[in-house]
Amino acid sequence: MSADQDVVLRVEHISKRLGGKLILDDCSLDVRRGELMVLIGPSGAGKSTLLQCIDCLIPPDTGEIWLDGERLERDDKRKLCAFRAQVGMIFQEFNLFDHLTAEENVAIALRKVRGMSRKEARERALDELARVGLARRALLYPAQLSGGQKQRVAIARALAMDPKVMLLDEPTSALDPELVGEVLAVIRDLAAGGMTMVMATHQMDFARALATEILFMERGRIIERGAPAQLLADGAGTRTRDFCLRILEVSI
Amino acid sequence: MHSLFVVIEALPAILPGILVTVGNVAASLAMGLALGVPFAVAQVYGPAWSRRLVRLYVWFFRGVPILVLLFLFYGFFISLGLPADPFLIACLVLGCTSTAYQSQIFRGAIESLPRGQLQAARALGMSDVTGIAHIILPQALRLSIPGWANEFSILLKDSAICFVLGTQDIMARTSFAAARTHEHLALYAAAGAIYFLLTWVVLRLLRRLEDKVHVPGYSTGGSFDMGEPA
Repeated sequence: MSADQDVVLRVEHISKRLGGKLILDDCSLDVRRGELMVLIGPSGAGKSTLLQCIDCLIPPDTGEIWLDGERLERDDKRKLCAFRAQVGMIFQEFNLFDHLTAEENVAIALRKVRGMSRKEARERALDELARVGLARRALLYPAQLSGGQKQRVAIARALAMDPKVMLLDEPTSALDPELVGEVLAVIRDLAAGGMTMVMATHQMDFARALATEILFMERGRIIERGAPAQLLADGAGTRTRDFCLRILEVSI
Repeated sequence: MHSLFVVIEALPAILPGILVTVGNVAASLAMGLALGVPFAVAQVYGPAWSRRLVRLYVWFFRGVPILVLLFLFYGFFISLGLPADPFLIACLVLGCTSTAYQSQIFRGAIESLPRGQLQAARALGMSDVTGIAHIILPQALRLSIPGWANEFSILLKDSAICFVLGTQDIMARTSFAAARTHEHLALYAAAGAIYFLLTWVVLRLLRRLEDKVHVPGYSTGGSFDMGEPA
């Protein structure tokens, strides 16, 4: 552990084998406070698995995870829960709790994990929903919300826990194209507000404009990393630039 | 005309059997619910040994006829020198059997939920126990109501067989009256009508419960409604 005070999340040498196949091969990354790190790469590269391994939703085979200078002991269930409570996770499929209203979705972890009273949790939940522009949808159930609204509730739910870092697993990939913008706008606001984030995405314009650092993954390995300007510059000759050009061709 | 008279005359003797039948079924359903839910959770989320144990339990109680179980439990009680109270044994046998069936209703409901539900709970820092109690079970139990209503209606009718031990339920009292009067057809028709009515009333109540706890817009619960977007 170096003395770098600014590193919020440090991931060291994570490997994961599933069904005999190496899904993650020695992945390491340092995320500094206020940084937006973007993971890109083809489907199956391991971006999603890496994010889930960081949150130990999929237990990594080897590797260490440090949050704010403290090493995660993932065999200690209590410490694992405390760690996850400080790391916000946004899923591609939203994963809102279907039996709870938007407000209850945000409030439930405040009550059951943070031990807030029902009233306190409700007020906090309404604040967070307002922050993502959904104050008026607080009493609706997930099935009554659009995909974009669901993802914004999911973001509010994660924000309510005051996370030190947020992990976003392709937050716009399951959305209709016209709903992508509203979710990206929320994430842009978070970045502007100094939230530390690691995000897997195929939204290249977004990554180019906002990422502090881009990590390019392929076959379970991080093969390139650097600032967007550096990796995406004309004639940079990087695998990242190659990949982005191909995405752009397809989308036009 | 004579049959009707016999039925009316026998009713005061038969009707108290409703309390016995209802008591037996209620106790067995309650036992099945109290044990079936943890069994289902153990089968889905538990370690390998607990899954195997639940599977073994279900395999046994689904495989052996209730009539055989009644005599088995009876013999077991006698051989241990315990008081072989017919009502207690009837409740135990039906309760154990219902536990097996109910555990599989709940297991099916739990497994039908998207995997992301528990993942999201964990990601928020909830322990598995908290996540299962507050996220998984509230949804799974809602989905279980139709299957549970089915289990109730089967159990109510299965309870009639307990008369072989001498419980004083509807069936036992009817057969006693029939033996006394030889009006088998009319009396058993009356008994059948009582079972039918009990089933019908409770199924209606369960249907109402299902509507009451239905989550707006949730497509898996009976009727589909989109609610009112604000």
